[in-house]
Amino acid sequence: MRKIKNLEMKNISKSFQGIFANKNLNLSIKSGEILGLLGENGAGKTTLMNILYGLYQPDSGEIRINDKKIKINSPLASIEHGIGMVHQHFMLIQNHSVIENIALGYKDTPFFFPKIKIKEKVLDFSEKFNFPVNLSKKVWQLSAGEQQRIEIIKALLNGADLLILDEPTSVLTSQEAKELFSILNDMKKQGHMIIFISHKLDEIMDICDRVMVLRKGEIIGSAETDKTDKKSLARMMIGKEVIFNIKKEKIPKGEKVLNVDNINAFDDKGLPALKNISFSIHENEIFGIAGVAGNGQKELAEAITGIRRISSGKVTIKGKDITNISPRKIFDKGVSHVPEERIKFGIAPGLFLYDNAILKQHHLDKYSKKSFLQYDKIKAHTKALIDKFNVSAPSINTEIRNLSGGNIQKLILGREISEEPSLLVASHPTYGLDVGATQYLREQLLERRKLGGAILLFSEDLDEIFELCDKIAIIFEGKFTGIMDADDKRLSDIGLMMAGSLEYV
Amino acid sequence: MYRLKVTNRDNITKTRSFMTNVFSLGAGLVAIGILFAINKVNPFFAISEIFANSFGTMYGIKETITKAIPLILIGTGLTFAFRAKFWNIGAEGQMLMGAIFGSWTALTFGEFLPGFIIIPMMFIAGFIGGGIWGIIPAILKIKYSINEVISTLMLNYICAEFITMLIVGPWKGAERFGFPGTNDLPGSAVLNVIPGSRIHYVTLIITILFASILCVVVYKTKFGYEVRVVGENPDAGKYAGINFFRTTLMVMVISGGAAGLAGVGEIAGIHHYLGHPASISSGYGFTAIIVAWLAKLNPLYTIISGLFFAGILVGGDAIQISLGLPAATVQIVNGMLLVFLIMGDFFLKNRIRIQ
Amino acid sequence: MEDIIISVLQRTMIAGTPLLLATVGEIICERSGILNLGVEGVMSIGAVVAFIVTFLTGQPWLGVAAAIVAGMIISLVHAFASITLQANQVVSGLALTMLGLGLSGMLGKPYIGKPLAIKMNSFAVPFLADIPYLGKIFFDQSPFFFLAIILALVAWFFLERTQFGIKVRSTGENPTATETHGVNVSLIKYTCVLIGGGFSALAGAHLSISYSKSWIEGMTAGRGWIAIALTIFALWNPGKAIFASFLFGGIFVLQYLLQPLGISPNFLAMLPYATTLIVLLIISFKDPKKLNAPAKLGEPYKRGER
Repeated sequence: MRKIKNLEMKNISKSFQGIFANKNLNLSIKSGEILGLLGENGAGKTTLMNILYGLYQPDSGEIRINDKKIKINSPLASIEHGIGMVHQHFMLIQNHSVIENIALGYKDTPFFFPKIKIKEKVLDFSEKFNFPVNLSKKVWQLSAGEQQRIEIIKALLNGADLLILDEPTSVLTSQEAKELFSILNDMKKQGHMIIFISHKLDEIMDICDRVMVLRKGEIIGSAETDKTDKKSLARMMIGKEVIFNIKKEKIPKGEKVLNVDNINAFDDKGLPALKNISFSIHENEIFGIAGVAGNGQKELAEAITGIRRISSGKVTIKGKDITNISPRKIFDKGVSHVPEERIKFGIAPGLFLYDNAILKQHHLDKYSKKSFLQYDKIKAHTKALIDKFNVSAPSINTEIRNLSGGNIQKLILGREISEEPSLLVASHPTYGLDVGATQYLREQLLERRKLGGAILLFSEDLDEIFELCDKIAIIFEGKFTGIMDADDKRLSDIGLMMAGSLEYV
Repeated sequence: MYRLKVTNRDNITKTRSFMTNVFSLGAGLVAIGILFAINKVNPFFAISEIFANSFGTMYGIKETITKAIPLILIGTGLTFAFRAKFWNIGAEGQMLMGAIFGSWTALTFGEFLPGFIIIPMMFIAGFIGGGIWGIIPAILKIKYSINEVISTLMLNYICAEFITMLIVGPWKGAERFGFPGTNDLPGSAVLNVIPGSRIHYVTLIITILFASILCVVVYKTKFGYEVRVVGENPDAGKYAGINFFRTTLMVMVISGGAAGLAGVGEIAGIHHYLGHPASISSGYGFTAIIVAWLAKLNPLYTIISGLFFAGILVGGDAIQISLGLPAATVQIVNGMLLVFLIMGDFFLKNRIRIQ
Repeated sequence: MEDIIISVLQRTMIAGTPLLLATVGEIICERSGILNLGVEGVMSIGAVVAFIVTFLTGQPWLGVAAAIVAGMIISLVHAFASITLQANQVVSGLALTMLGLGLSGMLGKPYIGKPLAIKMNSFAVPFLADIPYLGKIFFDQSPFFFLAIILALVAWFFLERTQFGIKVRSTGENPTATETHGVNVSLIKYTCVLIGGGFSALAGAHLSISYSKSWIEGMTAGRGWIAIALTIFALWNPGKAIFASFLFGGIFVLQYLLQPLGISPNFLAMLPYATTLIVLLIISFKDPKKLNAPAKLGEPYKRGER
């Protein structure tokens, strides 16, 4: 007897600090159905599901189960109602064993000897759904696929009828993904319902019965997967026919600045993140890397700037080998970097603005004479920076953490650009900035390009990619699925390339 | 139903910071007053007596300055370590090690060398001694991930026993009876004091210089900048190309060295011989932690907070005798003030609203 | 000769008792993620309160109960600062030490030099105490000794074999994940800090009403700090703490044993502390990632959006 026969979310809206994450969203799902939620990062899929799981409260709208309105105040309430969620980043205790993790998550675990007492139940479940689990192994010893299975068991043990999976295959190998899908199909046959969040078109088409496409917090469209095709979905996801609207002047390319030759690298979990990446960037050129976040962009930026080890291959700047040398040496060779996680890596939060304005450059002669920092020069530089980049700050004597996120980003970008680097690596430079700042920054990048700079731009904003770049590469799962000039007609398929369904190599 | 909403305050001005400190100290004193009252001691009288004794008489002021010297010197070194988020609880041991190195220098060479040579030698030796004792836990942390709180603490005890071992054994002074200790330091190795007081002014000058120089280092040099960045956000430090290991090692050499200098000061300026560890360090290493914290980790402000806590020490000693309070009273005062400073920090960084 | 060995072992058991109690308490506290450097101060409070109450009422067990309560109350300061105010746990713990040492000195002043009329007597386990050799060492000891071992085993049981233990350990490893499972992370941390305080106070009570039967300022003599080191040595496991504590108790006792051999007593006094460092070094060689330390020990935890 299933707890949930059908579930609806009606007119859900949620905003954070004035920005809509979800706007009047409607969703419905019934028993035995797999519903896909498709969209780019920031489209609002995770927020919507966090509401369903009780981690957030919607600003307006309601949730109905079996046509009855209900309120979900916390994850516990959500579990009570029969909803389970497998987050993209697993909520597991790495140092504990499988059975201990399951015991933590299971609401009816007995007080004494929990591990022994729930063992039977867990083994039952794993047999029923045909996936083996080794109960005494520690979580950190397991593969991503196995860890995910623990999360699924936890949800099922608590009686989940509806299972929400957030980007489940992002950490799986293709073999593990196949195994996951067969488990999901088993569950479907037994009457469970599944919401499958993903940005990968192939998978959505493969496993889901229906799909809803979200963009910028709104539902753009929905369809049954056997009645639609990938191209239409891609178009809905990105929201445009790709229009070629190049406003920038054509400038002949100069000398080669960056050459990346067949590099490979691993991510923090030890999985391959970059697979035989090769490309080069010249003076007066902006090279853009498009793709959904999490496909290797972070690792590529870190590999080039020296923060991440390159396991094979070679990177050169103006002919000089910079593979795996220290970040400071790479910086001295003329490579500047605007990091993806700006607040985490780009600033020292408690220090003043002017201290942060020279974070990477503090050892340069122009800011320090012998051992002393030349604060008059530094402060002048800071003032110039905040003027030029429109950074809104009470004074240069405030702690940088008091600035809004957008202003911090502007300062960081200004800091890196003003060094007139040979190569500027910019990771999502306009993410989170207001329209005016975004426009200004893009102009600055074009200006840099005109003056001879080479820029490697990572962005999820296709407007930005097309506006700024001379050459575009699309990255998916650590490989380039396409690398071509910005006026290449094949870019109309950029959505498919980003979603891994098409490769032009 | 009232709910408390806590949000990060986004502008912390110097004035607010200062006023919060003042209020915290005030609240702390109130709490201490209550404790006094419970013990049938008139709180107002007791507290005012503390300050009257330490700052109200010439004698009091001189004693306060005398006790402030090691507090400021050690405290200023600690601000440096704490800025790098290296929790140096071992200033006691570093101070003692400095005293050992300084005494050895004095006892070995003091007979043959005039004051203006031997005294700088002693201080340099003391700095080296404290620096070594400071760098050991730094290496232990960097190479072996050993928590610095434990290692610095253990080294305190080890050094204290080491001194005792020396002064009852190989370094035992021939002229010592009763209390264990070395011989008196040769005359040239003794620091002069301001007449009519116990203020060994050479150390005082060194202290003020050190605090000032360290302040300049922290705020105006590349190295100080790197220490501040690393303490604030090690990830940003990595991104900025700062060498975390080298920075930590240098920081602890300086912090330990400062404590070592203080140790030399106490030996050469006050005791004139190397005696029992408790009499040399008398908890300065721990009190200096609060001195540093109250100074909000600004090396120069330790001068003020050092004088403040020295005042409490002197005044506390005085009322202990006159009001029959236990020696532990000063510890309570220190502990209470620190607790209230912590609470004050919270209110400084967060805005509380009732919704 | 045999008598010496028996005497040494007996005294080892006595010396290790307060260490075991305090270490187990600190283990419980740290496994929930909170570092408590105030053990020395709490122990001192426990000692003075146990003494005073026993002195005034003539009931040692009442003294014990009062000590535990007092220890918990004063630990509340550190708990509040670390958990609710998210203050720096190192500084807060040090404040607790100062406060505890100071308050206990103040409270104890009138009682210095006054011996207890009624003290906590040794308890001889029937039959077992008559076993030759072993009987005297292990089964004719202060009740605190038995209590310490039992509590250590109980603590181990609760941490490793109950749901409560899973919640505590998960909180120390990953409070974010733990909270998504509906666990009240703050409550767990508060509970563990207070339990730890109770244990430390119990250790102090042993010192003043069973070990020495009098009160002097500073009688804790650094045992609290050793307990903090022993927590690491015991790899945060109350069962291993039994071994660790009595090993160190032995080292304390060894000082007196080796003295007549002409070895400097100060060198011997250094032994416990130097051994701590050596042991930590050894552990770091064997276990460089310190896989046993609670992953989020000492880090303040901020709740996510709700």
